[in-house]
Amino acid sequence: MAASSSRCAFYLGFLVGTCILYFFMTLVWFERKFKMQPDSQVPSMAGQWGEENQSWRVEGSALINLRHPHLQGKSVSPTHVHFARVADQLYKKVRILCWVMTGPDNLETKARHVKATWSRHCNMVIFMSSREDPDFPTVGLGTKEGRDQLYWKTIRAFQYVEQHHSHQADWFLKADDDTFVVVDNLRWILSNYTADEPVYFGKRFKPYTKQGYMSGGAGYVLSREALRRFVKGFRTKVCTHTTSVEDLALGQCLEKMGVLAGDSRDSMHRETFHPFVPEHHLTVKFAKSFWYWNYCYYPIVEGPQCCSDLAVSFHYVDAELMYMLEYYTYHLRAYGYQYRYQPSLPEGVEPDSART
Amino acid sequence: MCKDDSKMISEGSSFIKGMLLGGIFCAAVTLFGNFNKGHQSTTDHHHHHIQAPSEEELLKLPEPKRLELSQHIRVYCIILVQPRELSYWAAVVDTWSKHCDKAEFYTSEDVKVFRAVSLDTKDQWLMLRNALKHAYANGKGYSWFFVALPSTFAIIENLKYFLLNKDPSQPFYIGHTVKSGELEYAELEGGVVLSFEALRRLVGVFSDDVKCPEQGRALWKLTEEKELAVCLKYTGVFAENAEDSEGKEVFNTKSVSTLIKEALAKKPQEVVNGCCSDVAITFHGQSPNYMQVLMYGVYRLRPYGHTFHDSLIFLPPVDSDND
Repeated sequence: MAASSSRCAFYLGFLVGTCILYFFMTLVWFERKFKMQPDSQVPSMAGQWGEENQSWRVEGSALINLRHPHLQGKSVSPTHVHFARVADQLYKKVRILCWVMTGPDNLETKARHVKATWSRHCNMVIFMSSREDPDFPTVGLGTKEGRDQLYWKTIRAFQYVEQHHSHQADWFLKADDDTFVVVDNLRWILSNYTADEPVYFGKRFKPYTKQGYMSGGAGYVLSREALRRFVKGFRTKVCTHTTSVEDLALGQCLEKMGVLAGDSRDSMHRETFHPFVPEHHLTVKFAKSFWYWNYCYYPIVEGPQCCSDLAVSFHYVDAELMYMLEYYTYHLRAYGYQYRYQPSLPEGVEPDSART
Repeated sequence: MCKDDSKMISEGSSFIKGMLLGGIFCAAVTLFGNFNKGHQSTTDHHHHHIQAPSEEELLKLPEPKRLELSQHIRVYCIILVQPRELSYWAAVVDTWSKHCDKAEFYTSEDVKVFRAVSLDTKDQWLMLRNALKHAYANGKGYSWFFVALPSTFAIIENLKYFLLNKDPSQPFYIGHTVKSGELEYAELEGGVVLSFEALRRLVGVFSDDVKCPEQGRALWKLTEEKELAVCLKYTGVFAENAEDSEGKEVFNTKSVSTLIKEALAKKPQEVVNGCCSDVAITFHGQSPNYMQVLMYGVYRLRPYGHTFHDSLIFLPPVDSDND
């Protein structure tokens, strides 16, 4: 009797011992496995062009860029060694204030995505709306909304920028909330000019003017002197609100004020400002009757040579495409690939140091 | 009383003896089991996740060695096409396939417009088998074999970068993997990579009618990607899921716009960072027009003033103007 109950106790003890140690080993082994995870959790430089939040200092309605220069010119992440010394020099030399034409109904659907993507590369960005919004933030221009208000909004926006910020930037870019801009490439184009020259750049159209004018949707950029003259034109009544066709009217005013319409093409004469999306320019054969043929100042090139590698802008870009273009421009690449187009450095810019 | 006490004491001590023995038994079994598993994994690299080399790893190699590797890693692209997908076929010919060291198109049926190897069958599994056999027979000097569909866009330079520190004389079967029951396989839509050794073993098992029959498993029809996985499994080759050194997928079975849409919905604060790898290798479901956009986006569009001093060098292909 005693023997068998002892035996039972023994078996019971055996079972209990096994179970206890099993749970103990599972815990220990599990913990050890966790510690042995490969060190792929290196603090990723995915934030090198990081998104959101810590990008700006807000001053009134202006968003002042905090993130440049890029981490003292060089950053190392698990996937690449990235030099930005040239971009940083241009950032300091060619200061760009971007203002984005938007409206109260477009803040959530369009302007928000501009804010999350390309506008983070401007020295400063201001969102212009008919109505002030202190949270976004946007400036209130005191106009109504609608296509017929476009020129009014443009005039007021430039007057606002000239009054409050003309000493904080060298160039003043106007873009729509469906325009995508590669600001680093804009700096490259502008690096050959100075802020004191009366000149402006964009996608050049030819009708109705002597020297042409710049497409509104593709974005255009005025030098500080050009801005000064535009505002002066309205002050002295040389320029007035002639039509609501904003880009044409602006072009006509600037022509009157002696501002030159510049050539924004790259050194291979390829366009940099584009009035449509990349797919359209790269693949579509425009119908001969399409207005575009009669409007372009320079000869149209269809197919891959339509567009410079260092493109500055595209238009009719929806929210999804904004992020896709940001991904293509600043993230996705072919590792080790030697680009065909390698333009020379602008004057006064030092090259990246050789491989360390 | 005394008798009960002594009974309890003897039971108690038996219990404790039992517990101790049970614990030792359990520990011994676990350790022995782990030891066995551990031993196996060093001989057959049975991981399921495989990563791109880190910059740190690459920089350990001397520069002449790195340049030598850039030139010696040769990829044979196997693209499976059908005449009804002619516009996709044309797009692949004109875009990413120019970056393969060798791009061979395998078609179910001959088409006058494009040169291809005709396999004279519409059966997907048979097509895949025959294409792989042909590639193996003509693939001396190529270390890696990449199988793709015409609606997939691939960045071969990133594939080479990924494969740089892997030995092609070892069996590798890499892609975007998915588990179906016990079987882990690489989805064909995301692109499938086989090392020379894996292909050699595969062609070997093709002649085994039991393990790897031509007509597939008759009882339950498997897709060709699963058949491939089963045959490879018999030769000891297992699918591995590819990731960059930040843990992001590099073989994608979806298009860029789908991935961005998903990121916008799930992580609106971090869309681009949360979406996709900087060194992604494939995207799937891209229209022919969109492949031209990807060529522009990958090989041309960039911000001025930002340079990458990569450890490898790849030159643009001759006779091409969209890259």
